[in-house]
Amino acid sequence: MRAAVITFPGSNCDRDLAVGLAMAGAEVKRVWHKDSTLPDGIDLVGIPGGFSYGDYLRCGAIAANSPICKAVKAHAEKGGYVFGVCNGFQVLTETRLLPGALMRNAGLKYICRTVGLEVGENSSDFMNGYSAGQVIQVPIAHHDGNYTATTEELDRLEVEGRVAFRYSDNPNGSDRNIAGITSANGRVLGMMPHPERAMEDAHGSSDGARLFAGLIGAMATA
Amino acid sequence: MKARVHVMLKNGVLDPQGEAVRHALGALGFDGVNGVRQGKVIELDLADGTTEAQVNEMCEKLLANTVIESYTVGLG
Repeated sequence: MRAAVITFPGSNCDRDLAVGLAMAGAEVKRVWHKDSTLPDGIDLVGIPGGFSYGDYLRCGAIAANSPICKAVKAHAEKGGYVFGVCNGFQVLTETRLLPGALMRNAGLKYICRTVGLEVGENSSDFMNGYSAGQVIQVPIAHHDGNYTATTEELDRLEVEGRVAFRYSDNPNGSDRNIAGITSANGRVLGMMPHPERAMEDAHGSSDGARLFAGLIGAMATA
Repeated sequence: MKARVHVMLKNGVLDPQGEAVRHALGALGFDGVNGVRQGKVIELDLADGTTEAQVNEMCEKLLANTVIESYTVGLG
């Protein structure tokens, strides 16, 4: 599996995401935001956490309009895999590859701690390493993770089995406890928690590693 | 020419920052502040002849996230 991880000015989880993908067996290329094309033969694009462009205007808004994001949109529209973590999730909503928006946390505080996530009824390849209803431990680190969408959009996400993760104990006010969602074709996943920070026991949890391993396993057998 | 764009959270979208400001005003002794909504103002210095339709397009594509925000444009 060939993956590209994008770095924007202000990205700070790009290396962690690249290491996480490589640990699961991916061949990883690093891509700069000013590039206008992805390397040839890329299966998955990773959009990392951080504070792209200093969170100016809105989190993810400037990144969503950067040269590389046009190529990411084209990749997704062709059915390619895209994985956005934290700021990457914000970028994916700003590009409209995923519905809804991420607002300031309801408690207004930046929250950095490990939380329980319940795995949703979601048959996307990203969820291959987990089973529905299982609770995993993954860190969050965000100020703007309060997922918001219209009632119709939230209903659609639930009916179509596109909720990937829900908070066991909602830390940020997200509608319906949503922590991560997938696109209609299941090829785009956006989530606020950081699975790349839960890769081995020394991190306090290795539950994130199964996301990477499961995805790569699903893609290998596809 | 100048344009001034006001971006506000849509009605019905909870504004936690506005709520925090309302509480802080109450703590300062300002009674009767029933609600606070916080938005942003963006001033654009534009080439003469720029149309309101073009400024609206800027809002739709970048300045506002119309999933959660509404905007108004003032020219002049």
